[in-house]
Amino acid sequence: MASSPRIGAKYTLDREALQNLIVELTDSGYQVMGPTMRDGAIIYDAVRSIADLPEGWTDDQEGGTYRLEKRLDNALFGYNVGPHSWKKFLFPPRQKLWTAKRSDQGFEIHPEEEEPLRYAFLGVRSCELHAIAIQDKVFMEDAYVDPVYKARRENLLIVAVNCGQAANTCFCVSMNTGPEAKAGFDLALTEVIDNDRHYFVAEAGSERGTGLLEKLSFESADSQEEAAANAAVNRAAEQMGRTLNTQGIRALLQDNPDHPRWDDVAKRCLSCANCTMACPTCFCSTVEDVTDLSGDHAERWRSWDSCFNLDFTYMGGGHTRHSFKSRYRQWMTHKLSTWHDQFDTSGCVGCGRCITWCPEGIDITEEAAAIRKTPKSQEKKK
Amino acid sequence: MKSLQPILEEHPFFKELEPKYFELLVGCASNVRFEAGEILFHEGDQADRFFLVRQGKVALEMAPPNKEPMIIDTVEEGLVFGWSWMVPPYQWHFDAHALTLVRAIAIDGKCLRKKCEEDHELGYELFKRFFSVVTERLQHTRVQLLDVYGAQV
Amino acid sequence: MQGNASTATTQPMIPLPHRILKVRRETGDVFSIETQPEGDESDFHFVPGQFNMVYVFGVGEVPLSISGDPARTHTLTHTIRSVGWVTQALKKMKKGDRIGVRGPFGTPWPFQEAAGNDVVIVAGGVGLAPLRPVIYKLLAEREQYGNISILYGARNPDDLLYGKELEKWRGRFDLHVDATVDSAKRGWMGNVGVVTQLIPKAISDPDNTLAMICGPEIMMRFTVNELQKQGIENSNIYLTMERNMKCAIGFCGHCQFGPEFICKDGPVFSYERVRNIFGKREI
Repeated sequence: MASSPRIGAKYTLDREALQNLIVELTDSGYQVMGPTMRDGAIIYDAVRSIADLPEGWTDDQEGGTYRLEKRLDNALFGYNVGPHSWKKFLFPPRQKLWTAKRSDQGFEIHPEEEEPLRYAFLGVRSCELHAIAIQDKVFMEDAYVDPVYKARRENLLIVAVNCGQAANTCFCVSMNTGPEAKAGFDLALTEVIDNDRHYFVAEAGSERGTGLLEKLSFESADSQEEAAANAAVNRAAEQMGRTLNTQGIRALLQDNPDHPRWDDVAKRCLSCANCTMACPTCFCSTVEDVTDLSGDHAERWRSWDSCFNLDFTYMGGGHTRHSFKSRYRQWMTHKLSTWHDQFDTSGCVGCGRCITWCPEGIDITEEAAAIRKTPKSQEKKK
Repeated sequence: MKSLQPILEEHPFFKELEPKYFELLVGCASNVRFEAGEILFHEGDQADRFFLVRQGKVALEMAPPNKEPMIIDTVEEGLVFGWSWMVPPYQWHFDAHALTLVRAIAIDGKCLRKKCEEDHELGYELFKRFFSVVTERLQHTRVQLLDVYGAQV
Repeated sequence: MQGNASTATTQPMIPLPHRILKVRRETGDVFSIETQPEGDESDFHFVPGQFNMVYVFGVGEVPLSISGDPARTHTLTHTIRSVGWVTQALKKMKKGDRIGVRGPFGTPWPFQEAAGNDVVIVAGGVGLAPLRPVIYKLLAEREQYGNISILYGARNPDDLLYGKELEKWRGRFDLHVDATVDSAKRGWMGNVGVVTQLIPKAISDPDNTLAMICGPEIMMRFTVNELQKQGIENSNIYLTMERNMKCAIGFCGHCQFGPEFICKDGPVFSYERVRNIFGKREI
């Protein structure tokens, strides 16, 4: 047994320790959420033991394609990101904001009180850590604070997992968001399968992380183990299936609202909103006011919305963005460009979900490259 | 009687017109005055002059079929109206009546047409000036046509 | 952010109860509602330019600009055109009824920048409503400004808002008021034409003139063009934008206008700030 764990130092945990970690978190009152298999996809749901993890499975992703396949080993985290992202826990897809009841005075509003949920996320990838940090800026770091998001976020414990492989649709290296988790976690694990040995190199990123390690059986990682973990991350970096040149992209997109490529992508885009639902940073929502049949009870619900929906811009008898072209342009320009103006960061973390889950396989990296190829300034010279 | 030349020279419509033309314009110009409510001309009347408004407000009216007439434009001091004298068959396309006491300079179009035929340089100068009035009026008409204050945003 | 900051920032999604004091018909489909806050705080503070989210029980919520006098803090006035479910429900409400109000939200008109300068207000249609608080404030501190002009365009004489007040303002010697309509029946003694035609006469010192515009986007575009033609700098032209809005606090994403969130970066913007996207289709 090594001495007390320190932030930043590397330790090793075996499979049993990982199981104990899940138990420890559960016993400490956390709802542990992690990758599980359902309906042919890896999604994030409650995890009670390592048996719930998609052991020995991997995914094959391409534009418009996602398929699970058996691995040749028994890796627990041997896949990339699926259709879900962690935002569904912090920023619920549907959430009651308040209830109103008819009264002598007209009506009374009762805010929805929630016992703050205590989540522990297991298996958060580096791109996803960045996505969470981006949503923090939206919901907690501006003039107004979203109370539900804030409460859940402050209670959140994050066990990150470094990617040991990349999907064809991954481009976190381009976005400078991975594959190695560098900040924003309590604990980060790198899975290593070395001949017969299956272990995790762990690094604590917070006091909570060192506290957790303390309760598990851990060893200091030796140089060989560290090297094996680094090799895994390097392998993922080399496997990046996509690249996106972000040089000057903020100005590039804002300067090219009339680029012919927008017409081209509009012919392929179905405006189905899949990309925005799968995206871990998309934060748009709408509200719905519902009443019961008596008309005495009303509720306001907030639910995820998408800039691809026509009614997103409805106003007094018209829609601001009625064409598919304008809606795709809004989404991509926001994601890669105006997000910088708004939140001082890109809105894209390079996770590739929008590419995989687009029924048409529209590829944000390809669209950005096409606009870069013939920007306005060059067209004028022609 | 005071010559109309200084008045014409000061009017923005004739800004930077070559001085030699003013004498000629004065020859076609006359001072006119309309009491409030007085009709300047009716649609279909012979359009043989145009007006430089010096004071007051003139309403230009059109009557939609089977409906009461609508005021489609108003013209105030400093502005020019009337270009039907330039285009055959030289007839007014709307009614004009004085909303207030109106003082204006009326310029005889028949006389000016003849002079423009003789001196195309003058004709070009006048057409340029009228063309910008026509363009502006057309642009305003289009905006009014859009009904921008209707329910549609 | 000014106004009822405490409630707005701690519980920004919860409407506060307001009691209706008066519902007044302004023109055919436009009416004003005066309300008073019912909670512990019986005053409502706002800065001209700001807006509220107004809730009708069981129907829904809409963004509405505030149209009353900022100095009269015991009443809150909204002027509303009934076009949708919520505004139609509002129109049917009566004195004593309760509505919910969240706000105020958004940026004010640029009074500091206007001080010492001539001010030209250009309003189109119901766009006069969000500018009326400006007029009240300018008149309350009249000595701080140079010439003040109010130019107003509407569809027809019946659609001119606040007719009595317009007449009162027109009667003042320290105010230039001019209105025009797109068309009128015989008997109308005022102007017929577009609001931009009123601009040249209202500007005497373009270098020291600040313009505030509110109206349909297309009208604001023509107005900006005319103001530029008269020599007013882009940075001295201000306008107020409108978009679909669900939260008013920067979360819902609906009101994005290029890099701007209308709800928190606006609704009042300098033309200089938005000129690259203003008038671009479907932005």
